[in-house]
Amino acid sequence: MTNRKSVIEIENLSKSFGNQMVLKNISLKLLNGENLAVLGKSGTGKSVLIKCIVGLLKSDGGTINVFEKNVTSISRQELGEIRMKIGFLFQSGALYDSMTVKQNLEFPLRRIKRDLSEIEIKEKINEVLEQVGLAEALDKMPSQLSGGMRKRISLARTIIVDPMIMLYDEPTTGLDPATSDEISTLINDIQKRYKTSSIIITHDIRCAQKTADRVIMLNDGTVYQEGKIEDFEKSADPLIKSFFI
Amino acid sequence: MKKFSPAIKLTPLLRDATKVTLKISEKAIAKKEQVSNFMTDIADVFLFILRIFKETFSRNFEFREFFYQCYKIGYKTLPLISITGAIMGLVLTIQSRPTLANFGAVSLLPGMVAVSLIREMGPVITALICAGKIGSGMGAELGSMRVTEQIDAMEVSSTNPMKFLVVPRVLAATVMIPILILYADALGILGSWAGANIKGDVTFGLFFRQAFRYVDFVDFLPAVIKSVFFGAVIGIVGCYKGYNAGRGTESVGVAANSAVVIGSLLVIIMDMIAVQITDML
Ligand SMILES: Nc1ncnc2c1ncn2[C@@H]1O[C@H](COP(=O)(O)OP(=O)(O)OP(=O)(O)O)[C@@H](O)[C@H]1O
Ligand SMILES: [Mg+2]
Repeated sequence: MTNRKSVIEIENLSKSFGNQMVLKNISLKLLNGENLAVLGKSGTGKSVLIKCIVGLLKSDGGTINVFEKNVTSISRQELGEIRMKIGFLFQSGALYDSMTVKQNLEFPLRRIKRDLSEIEIKEKINEVLEQVGLAEALDKMPSQLSGGMRKRISLARTIIVDPMIMLYDEPTTGLDPATSDEISTLINDIQKRYKTSSIIITHDIRCAQKTADRVIMLNDGTVYQEGKIEDFEKSADPLIKSFFI
Repeated sequence: MKKFSPAIKLTPLLRDATKVTLKISEKAIAKKEQVSNFMTDIADVFLFILRIFKETFSRNFEFREFFYQCYKIGYKTLPLISITGAIMGLVLTIQSRPTLANFGAVSLLPGMVAVSLIREMGPVITALICAGKIGSGMGAELGSMRVTEQIDAMEVSSTNPMKFLVVPRVLAATVMIPILILYADALGILGSWAGANIKGDVTFGLFFRQAFRYVDFVDFLPAVIKSVFFGAVIGIVGCYKGYNAGRGTESVGVAANSAVVIGSLLVIIMDMIAVQITDML
C-alpha cells in the first residue's frame, strides 16, 4: 500500500443552515482504492457532507478537493466533468418516478457515456440488474417496487456508469440481513473490479465490518474518531460502543 | 469647489440613509422567514427567468422533452377546454340575446359574442383553467421531484435540470396555451351558434359570416400576444414554485397550490395591463 494518493481531500469544511451549524471544521481524506465507512448518529450531517462533495450543497468554508480540483470554486462545467466520475447513491433512492426501471438506468448512461451503442446500453443494463439481483424488474415503474428493491435499483443506476468514486448514503438501511450482506459483497466487488474509491455512510455495523478498510465516526459535525474497524470494536468509548451492540 | 457643495451637503445625508438601510436590512435578515423573503423572492424569480432564457438558447436543446410536454399539456386539458369553450359561447349567447332583442339588434349577436370571446373571455378563462390544470401539475411534479431528491439525482448525472425539466415545460406552456386558447375561441363560437339555434334558425355559414364581420385583426393580434404571455407566466410560475419547493412532503402541496394562486392572479393582472395597452393603440 505504498504511494496511495488521496482522491478526495476535505479541509476545514463547515456548513450551516440558518443558525444551525451542521458541519464544523471537518477534515478527511479518501485514499485511492479504499472503502471508507462513515459512522455517526442520525442528524450529524453525514448526508450533508457527501452532498457538499458533489456540490449539491454549497459549503460555507473550507476546501474540498476531488481529483485535485477544488469543487467549492470551480466552474459549472468543470463540476459537471467531476460529477461524471462520481457515483452518488441517494439515501432516499431518488428514482425517477415517471420513468420505468429501464429508463431510470438508461438516463445516466446516455448522458454520461454518450458514445455507447444501443446494444452496449442493453448489455450494460442487464449486467447491473444481474449484479443487484433484480433482472425481472426491468419494465416495472418505481412505484411498483418494494423499498428494498428501490434501493437496489438506485444502486444499479449509480454503478452503471462505472464511477471512479462512489458515495453510498446508507446502502443497506431498510434491507433484510441477507440482502444487506449481498449489497456489502457487491460494494466489495465494485471496489475490486473497477478500483473504485468509496465513502460508505452507514449505521449498519455489519456492512461496515464487511466493507470498510478504514472508519471515521462523526459526531456533532466533527470527526469524533478515525481508525481501523478493529480499533472501533475494542474501543471503550460509550458512543462508539453503542454502535457495536 | 462651490460647484460640488450640494453633493458635499448630501454626503452626510447619504451616510445616514445607508445606515438606516443597513439597519433595516439587518432587521429584515433577522426576520428572514417573513420579511426579506419578498425582496429576495423577486430577485430569485428574476434570476430564474434569466436562467431559463440562457438555457433555452444554449446547446443541446431537449427536443424530445419539449414535444412530450406539449403533448401532455394538450392531452391533459383538451376535454376540459372543449367543454368550457363550448359552454362559454352558449351561455354568452343565451344571456345577451334578450338585451339585444330589446334593441332589435339580434343580428349583431354573433359578432358581439365573437368579439368578446376572442378579445377577453377565451384568453382569460382558458388561461385560468390552464393555471389550475397545467400550473398546478408542474408545481406538484417538479415539487415532488425536488422533495424526493430526483432533481439532485439529475444534477449529479451531469444533466442540467433547468434545461431538462424547466425549459421544455415553460416553452411548451408558452406554445400550447395560446393554441388552446384559439381552440377554445373556436369552440366558443360553435357553442354560440348552438345557442343561437335554440331560439332561432341560422345556418352555420351565415352565423359564421355575421360573427366575423365584426372581428378585426386588431381584436385578434393583441389577444394572441396576450395569450403567449399568459402561457409563459403559467409555465414559469408552476416551474418556479415546483423547482424551489422546500423540504418535506407538505412542500409539494404548497408548491402546487401557490402555483395556481399566483398563476391565476398574474393572469388577471396581466390581462388588465394588456387592456390598457391595447386601449392606447
Ligand atoms: N437542505 C437543508 N436545509 C436545512 N437543513 C438541512 C438541510 N439538509 C440537512 N439539514 C439539516 O442538517 C442536519 C444533518 O442532516 P443530514 O441529512 O446530513 O443527517 P444524517 O447524518 O445524514 O442523518 P441520517 O443518518 O438520519 O441520514 C439535520 O439536522 C437536518 O435538519
Ligand atoms: Mg443521511
